[in-house]
Amino acid sequence: MTTTTETTSTAKPGAAHLVSAFTTRHASWLPTFAAVAILVVLLAGAQIRFGNFITPGNMSALLLDNAFLMVLAVGMTFVILTAGIDLSVGSVMAFTGILGASMLASGVPTIVVIPTMLLSGAAIGLLIGVLVQYFNVQPFIASLAGLFLGRGLAYVVSLSSIRVEDPAVLWLQGTRMRVGDWYITPTGILALVVVVIGALVLQFTRFGRTIYAVGGSESSARLMGLNVARAKVLAYVISGLCGGLAGLILTAFSGAGYPRNGIGTELDVIAVVVIGGTLLTGGRGYVLGSMIGVFVFGVIKAIISFMGAEQSWMQIIVGALLLLFIVVQRAIVSRTSRTG
Amino acid sequence: MMKLVRHRLFWPLMALVALLVLNILKNPGFGRITVRDGHMYGALVDILRQSAPLMLVALGMTLVIATRGIDLSVGAIMAVSGAVALTIIDSSDHPGDMSTVLIAIVVAMLVSLILGAWNGFLVSVLGIQPIVATLVLMLAGRGVALLITGGRITTVNSEPYKFVASGYLFLIPFAFIIALAAIAVIALLERRTALGVLTEAVGINPEASRLAGVRSRGIVWGAYIASGVLSGIAGVMYASNIMAADANAAGYLIELYAILAVVLGGTSLMGGKFSIAGTVIGVFTVQTLGSTILFLGVPSAQSPVFFAVVVILVVLVQSPRVHRWGKSVGQRMRSGPRTPAEGTKEVAA
Repeated sequence: MTTTTETTSTAKPGAAHLVSAFTTRHASWLPTFAAVAILVVLLAGAQIRFGNFITPGNMSALLLDNAFLMVLAVGMTFVILTAGIDLSVGSVMAFTGILGASMLASGVPTIVVIPTMLLSGAAIGLLIGVLVQYFNVQPFIASLAGLFLGRGLAYVVSLSSIRVEDPAVLWLQGTRMRVGDWYITPTGILALVVVVIGALVLQFTRFGRTIYAVGGSESSARLMGLNVARAKVLAYVISGLCGGLAGLILTAFSGAGYPRNGIGTELDVIAVVVIGGTLLTGGRGYVLGSMIGVFVFGVIKAIISFMGAEQSWMQIIVGALLLLFIVVQRAIVSRTSRTG
Repeated sequence: MMKLVRHRLFWPLMALVALLVLNILKNPGFGRITVRDGHMYGALVDILRQSAPLMLVALGMTLVIATRGIDLSVGAIMAVSGAVALTIIDSSDHPGDMSTVLIAIVVAMLVSLILGAWNGFLVSVLGIQPIVATLVLMLAGRGVALLITGGRITTVNSEPYKFVASGYLFLIPFAFIIALAAIAVIALLERRTALGVLTEAVGINPEASRLAGVRSRGIVWGAYIASGVLSGIAGVMYASNIMAADANAAGYLIELYAILAVVLGGTSLMGGKFSIAGTVIGVFTVQTLGSTILFLGVPSAQSPVFFAVVVILVVLVQSPRVHRWGKSVGQRMRSGPRTPAEGTKEVAA
């Protein structure tokens, strides 16, 4: 029955035909387009309401304030594409941040500290990945162990915040590269580079395509002879690595390591990735979409502080957006599974 | 003897007993219970009293997990329910009246029921994945709670309300009596009627149970409503314990501890067979472990490391790969020394 409606709709000439052909061919991009549309509406609405919202300074601050979130979102996209989930990112970020700050405070050179931060993040990711892949632990539970571990270790390193005075780390944040009134910091560049690398790896490498295949159907991917185990473990390692990098960025951003950083950040990251159009059932989604999701998140936050409203609205609006997107996704999935 | 060891609650119970023995060895005063002016005192009584909110939440979580779901929003529902109850008491003229307190508690429970029904609607009617569906409320719920309290930490002074968490009835902490009542109601409903069997059927194979004529929608919906209401009571209790509605701290991470307690009690996260007794044991284990860690002089902030180790150990013990290793080692030990070639053949088989 659905096949007949499909044929009649493709036979129809004109704009309706173009729209339907476009939506069927690019169904997996639809949620991301929806996110772009929401971003545009938000920006336009804020500009009309406040008059001085879209300024170079504001837009540059958007990237600066959310650089760590963007890095985390890239890692989370890899994991969610394999139909997994990583709850540990917030506490991994806190752990690597405080670890780095404490090592710097005790005089360890920066050249040693930064790799250590990245590697300790990756190590927690590896632990989660091995539990998921080799011991059949559900990603939710395995990354829950990662969450507890990261948070606890952060407090083991230090119970209070540690200031960072290392010039190299502060350079990441303090430098403003200006073009007119626009500026970008090394942390912003780092975040964008991570997005680009993530997008390229997922689109054009064998590993990236395996990630999509695993998320689409793990057993089919295995029967095709793809290295499922490696792809899944690596996805968690990448997420952990991104956690470590986000720890570095956040430490630079706040000028200190603090063990209570990033409480609840894992939820924001998951929300951002979903808003960016990645399906939590795996196999569909884009790193670029997650970047759009981060911008949507950042713009909402900026609007709320512009209005002087309470930040508790942030949680409610993000929750509502998340709901909107999962309902949209649900509709898309049920439609494509009927036609395909 | 073998039968006892094979019982699925044997190992969870052993873990709890081992923890208690460890505590008593470290400090003989741990097991002592004294009765003074109608109250029971002692470390064990404290564990019973403090475990009540987690017990309520974990009971609801057990039902939800049995239907192959998960409820991440329990902590947020606790925050909302506590905020509702305290705001009503705070704004009334007679905060000390029994009727005010009762109205506050009933309204808080109704709000939690609505929130639970909302989760159930998303999962059972719209067919959204439980993790995502409840994530919505987990994110938005705390925001709602903050709006209700106006971003402040509402504090009240009301004797009847204080009784919920700190009172004693027949020597026993009242909070624990509430938890016992909840256990009894759930156990009766699930195990003395067909509801439990139907819930397990839905969790084991939703499609087959639908074909067999089980109305899975109502059962799944009901599980989320139960989880919401139980979290609501837990929220009222939490707020009563500190006599303040703290929207950020109420029920923080409790969803994770509740899931941990359910898993420790032997209920699989894959849904299906569930054990209420197991969850009760799991809750006591989590609570005792928390007290033990504090007792050993570790700062409470660092306790997550221990919980992480426990989670990893528990999932490893449950994983099929470790079972196979265990079996092959057991077989090799029983059948005496062998050549390595035969040993590997056995593992492959």
